[in-house]
Amino acid sequence: MSIWQIAWRSVRQRALASSLTSFSMALGVLLVTAVLLVHGLVSKSFTDNSDLGYNMIAGAKGGKLQLVLNTTFYLSEPVENVPYTFYQEFLTKPQQEKELELMKPANRGELTDGTFAKNTEFAIPVCLGDYYQNFRVVGTLPKFFEEFKDYDSDEPKYSFREGRNFQVWNDEHGYFEAVVGSMVAQKTGLKIGDKIAASHGGDPNDIHTDSPFTVVGILAPSGTPNDRAVFVNMEGFYLMSGHAKVEESEEVGANTTGETISRRQPLPIKQREVTAILIRTSDPFSPIIIKNRVNEGNIAQIVMPVMEITSLFELIVKPIQTLLLVITVLICFVSGISILVSIYNSMNDRKREIAVMRALGARRRTVMGIVLSESIILSVGGGILGWLGAHFLLYASSPMIEAQTGVQIGLFDLAPLPRKLEVLLPSAIIENDWIGPLFSLELVIVPALILLAVLVGFLPAYTAYRTDVAETLSSSP
Amino acid sequence: MLKISNLKKSFRLPTGERMQILDVPQFNVAAAEQMVIVGRSGCGKSTLLHLISGIGTPDSGEISINGLDISRLSEEGRDRFRAEVMGYVFQTFNLLQGFSALENVLLGMSFSRGKVDRDRARDLLRRVGLDHRLNAYPRTMSVGEQQRVAVARALANRPKLLLADEPTANVDPANQQSIVDLIRETCQEEEISLVLVTHAMEVAEQFQRIEPLEKLNMVAQANKAHA
Repeated sequence: MSIWQIAWRSVRQRALASSLTSFSMALGVLLVTAVLLVHGLVSKSFTDNSDLGYNMIAGAKGGKLQLVLNTTFYLSEPVENVPYTFYQEFLTKPQQEKELELMKPANRGELTDGTFAKNTEFAIPVCLGDYYQNFRVVGTLPKFFEEFKDYDSDEPKYSFREGRNFQVWNDEHGYFEAVVGSMVAQKTGLKIGDKIAASHGGDPNDIHTDSPFTVVGILAPSGTPNDRAVFVNMEGFYLMSGHAKVEESEEVGANTTGETISRRQPLPIKQREVTAILIRTSDPFSPIIIKNRVNEGNIAQIVMPVMEITSLFELIVKPIQTLLLVITVLICFVSGISILVSIYNSMNDRKREIAVMRALGARRRTVMGIVLSESIILSVGGGILGWLGAHFLLYASSPMIEAQTGVQIGLFDLAPLPRKLEVLLPSAIIENDWIGPLFSLELVIVPALILLAVLVGFLPAYTAYRTDVAETLSSSP
Repeated sequence: MLKISNLKKSFRLPTGERMQILDVPQFNVAAAEQMVIVGRSGCGKSTLLHLISGIGTPDSGEISINGLDISRLSEEGRDRFRAEVMGYVFQTFNLLQGFSALENVLLGMSFSRGKVDRDRARDLLRRVGLDHRLNAYPRTMSVGEQQRVAVARALANRPKLLLADEPTANVDPANQQSIVDLIRETCQEEEISLVLVTHAMEVAEQFQRIEPLEKLNMVAQANKAHA
């Protein structure tokens, strides 16, 4: 019989005590793994989402963080608006003409190249403040789904699971087309062709029932907060009751049944406002130029989402998560101690067993190895159970986590390395689909905790090592 | 087979003084010989067996088994020697409770360099009449059955010397004789030297050679004279 077989029988003999000890270890590892996973994935979600394809956000003066949370994550209270003319500062004259082609020249005034147009690769306006059920309604332009791309990709960042992008004007739906995020569709059961009415400021008694939007597209899941948003055509957003009053219409043609199609005039520029502008600059120096110029003025402010998210993390989220991690590591340590106590307490009862094994020819280090093996079986067994438990638990809670954070968790997704450590490794390794995920904090901390628990097994093992065979055998059983 | 000369052993008392327990000038056991040592409780019988088996070390003297002085071996050397050359039957059986009868016998083979021979373990249990109880755990076995397993375990490694420390002390009279017969027959079949320690004269009287420890041990003789 091998040392492991002997140790396993010993564990089995004290099934209840062994199960409880292992369970305590499992609980500790479960907590550590869960905290690491949630910590890592939420961090990743924050950092990934702050890299949505733009590097600056322009919005009303006020809290920088609030602007980022509101615009990027659709969290926090809505912020104030900035004039549409400020948005025009980021567009060239031809771009403005194209975007305002439906507007009477008298309503749009003289168009010129914007001050920052040459520093801007693209600028996308968003209007916030309305809700569809619990989901944010984002008034924007169709280019939201066309121009956002990852920095190293030419493919649009967002794709459609069903349907198409909304249009500024559609003969059938007018200005009122909408695209919904994957989770919105999943939670509300919305499908292509459904009509939705937004509520003003989330007030259920203040629903814009006169201006329903028709769902024309459902986004594919992106693991970003956009999964939880409803995107509507900005022109339609402006024309909802309570947002602006424009009654002026013009005939623009006839539909297939011969009915006249009349088109309301878009809201004049002077009445327009946007909540924020998502900007990608054309070169590395432009952010500083734009930021300095804008922040000197009274109209708006420029914030860098990555910096804001990083500082939020460093100041608030990280210390809390570190504290949680410390607590859970302590729990694991306590679990290790409980293994020690459990095995150590059993040593008194087992002295005779050990003495008998020694009398049968077992060497001191053999009995030490047997006791240490027991500690390994309990620690590793409990550790693996806890690790699996955490992954199953989080996988089971994945829909809830996805709803709250937009992060999808696979059954065996490992906690990613913190960015600070990630940058130390070659990108070829980190980006490799097979090897990359193995560089996980989880695969360092969890085995380390198990090792710690194994190490505490040395004390009872040493007691076994020191057992006086003759004295123990001579004493009454 | 076994040669003991000038063997001395003392223990330190709580007062710090040393108390002499054993002083055996000469004691020999021939190969395949079966003998019994008798003596009252506390006269040093178990201590003598511990020294012979290498579990304890003498203060001085020589314990030679098959020409090898085991008192000169390191502790690890004595452990290995014990695992490969000796068998030990305890008064209280000392079966491991978490192990089945078969596993207890296999355990007896696990600490030597030889391979763990499951067939021999089964065969030994068959010879002690327990082939139907291979997977039974000690708590489900009678006292007699447990001592039979202990005998099978002691013989597992084909020892040259079997030490039996009061093997019938905890066994009911009905089983006492069968245990003694079992030990003696098996030792005879496998040509194993047997040193059996007992205080039961009805057991001792079955052996040709009976050695009272008081006669072997100078300390006991001195105590007797002093008394």
